[in-house]
Amino acid sequence: MKTTIKIAWRNIWRTPMRSFLVIGSIVMGIWAGIFVIAFSYGLNKQRTLSSIKNSISHIQIHHPEYDKDYDSKYFLENPDLIKTELETNANIKAFAFRSLLNGMISSPVKSNGVRIIGINKNQEKEVTGIHSGLVEGNYFESKRKNQILIGEALSKKLKVKLRSKIVLTFQDTDNNIVAGAFRVCGIFKTQYTKYDEGTVFIQNSDLQRLIKSKEFHQVALLCNSLDDVDSTYHSLKTNLNDYEVKDWKTISPELAYADEIMETWLFLIMIIIMLALIFGIINTMLMAVFERRRELGMLMAIGMNKSKVFFLILTETFFLSLIGAPMGMFLGALTIKLTSETGINLAIVGEGLQSVGLGNIIYPVIETKFYIFIGVMVFIFTLIAAIYPSRKALKLKPTEAIRTI
Amino acid sequence: MEIIKTTHLTKVYSNNGLEVKAVNHIDLSIEEGEFTAIVGPSGSGKTTLLNMIGGLDDSTEGTVKIAGTNINSLSENELIDFRLKNIGFVFQAYNLIPVLTAKENVEFIMLLQGLSEKERKQRSEELLNHVGLTDKLDSRPNQLSGGEQQRVAVARALASKPSFILADEPTANLDSHSTSTLLDMMAEMNEKEKVTFLFSTHDQRVIDKARRVITIEDGKIIKDERR
Ligand SMILES: Nc1ncnc2c1ncn2[C@@H]1O[C@H](COP(=O)(O)OP(=O)(O)OP(=O)(O)O)[C@@H](O)[C@H]1O
Ligand SMILES: [Mg+2]
Repeated sequence: MKTTIKIAWRNIWRTPMRSFLVIGSIVMGIWAGIFVIAFSYGLNKQRTLSSIKNSISHIQIHHPEYDKDYDSKYFLENPDLIKTELETNANIKAFAFRSLLNGMISSPVKSNGVRIIGINKNQEKEVTGIHSGLVEGNYFESKRKNQILIGEALSKKLKVKLRSKIVLTFQDTDNNIVAGAFRVCGIFKTQYTKYDEGTVFIQNSDLQRLIKSKEFHQVALLCNSLDDVDSTYHSLKTNLNDYEVKDWKTISPELAYADEIMETWLFLIMIIIMLALIFGIINTMLMAVFERRRELGMLMAIGMNKSKVFFLILTETFFLSLIGAPMGMFLGALTIKLTSETGINLAIVGEGLQSVGLGNIIYPVIETKFYIFIGVMVFIFTLIAAIYPSRKALKLKPTEAIRTI
Repeated sequence: MEIIKTTHLTKVYSNNGLEVKAVNHIDLSIEEGEFTAIVGPSGSGKTTLLNMIGGLDDSTEGTVKIAGTNINSLSENELIDFRLKNIGFVFQAYNLIPVLTAKENVEFIMLLQGLSEKERKQRSEELLNHVGLTDKLDSRPNQLSGGEQQRVAVARALASKPSFILADEPTANLDSHSTSTLLDMMAEMNEKEKVTFLFSTHDQRVIDKARRVITIEDGKIIKDERR
């Protein structure tokens, strides 16, 4: 056993260049695989964070019936109670009360259905990033009444510019049609074009004047960090049990499940990389067996039995991948450590990514389970890779191996 | 005691429908302590005969008995084990494991036999001493001359304490000086320790040192003389 390992170890260094090449390809393959995994997770995380920042926030509170048809009659009945609760929770960084209405926006050229979000400009600023996503104009800075923020995509559709006048039409709680003229004070752009096309922001004060009542449909809140969301969510759920409290995972399940869906693909990619590596290993070992057929024939002639010969070739194969795999994993971990601090700037392809909701800087992350998976896979695949060359070695006949001098 | 006994031993190769009787009904008996050379022209069947005696090749017909065991009845794995315990091999070339030193090569066969580390170390040093390689214990095969490599091979063959040593043209790749050193050494071991040797050769100087010379031609024994 010890000697077999010694022989195997020395054997792989008989052709150092060839061994280096195959070990190198294992290192590169695993390194690349780990990086792709971490990058994909980073991408997903970035998408989640930007969604949270731009619209959904960490936790939302609604009237319990609100989800059924998003009807504006389901407003929050006791906003002051909610406010007190939120103000006393130390984990909550900021919250914003919103009125939500569905309506029509009309310019002289065109009309479009929109979701009207009535906000308190100071509260909202703390919770979402709309104020920082303005491409033109300002964030309700003017003291004038009836100002509106619309998305860039919508402004193009309606053919309106900054300071253009538009009309908003919607139903109030008593099903009366209410209309109001607004002036565009700012044009925003988030990372979702669809969102920009279907969402407008007005101030609650203007809205309340139009509908002559004070109604809020939604409270959006941010916790101090993503890690605080779970506990805050549970405490709000018990303390505000007359309301519907939802965390971001429930609000936007596609964000939460994106990781899980992607995971399957990442495992698959890893397996494909390993398959490619396996062929390299098999090829190398077949060459090694072929070159050493006389020596192997001699070993069998003098009395090395088949299982020992098999074990020798197996060990040599394992050395190749057991040198390569940890190095690849180490390089992968190192790369992730470095890039997760600085981030990877994707400004060059940034335009394309924006329409699907991605930011420009990606911070790769990886879970430990992938290292374990890779480790186990390397082991299994090496075993598979070793079998063919080892069997080839066993089929050698000592006479033929020795005769062909 | 009879160590090797072949009865009607025959090997037929068929090449494209053409049958070659490489070994043709050979009956041969080798006693313990003999120092026998098999000689004959190229293609006469020396290698084929030795391979069958050494259990490296099947016979087409006839049997080989080694120390009373009919090796034709052994399975492939049993045969490997049998070779390990009973036969020492010295080939013309590719005898040694290139990545192991002379000493490690000799120890290797004892390792296969399951001897303890202490025994292995002691015996390998003793044997390499015996073949005159005391100062080459830690040399790898590529640092040894052809003659020295063959001497290591003989030391290894002896290390397993086999019933006999089988050597197919052990001197074919050696110069005359190395040839006589190797042969003298083998002859000395045969004389002093009663090690049985069976080897094939072309070389007249080697033939001269043999005590029994079996000449074969076209797969048949045509002469068997003892001196
Ligand atoms: N694997 C094989 N297939 C077919 N024919 C073979 C095979 N091996 C040997 N032969 C034939 O058998 C005959 C005996 O060959 P063998 O190698 O035993 O002769 P040899 O006496 O050892 O010759 P040399 O002195 O050249 O080594 C030759 O005619 C050879 O061509
Ligand atoms: Mg021959």
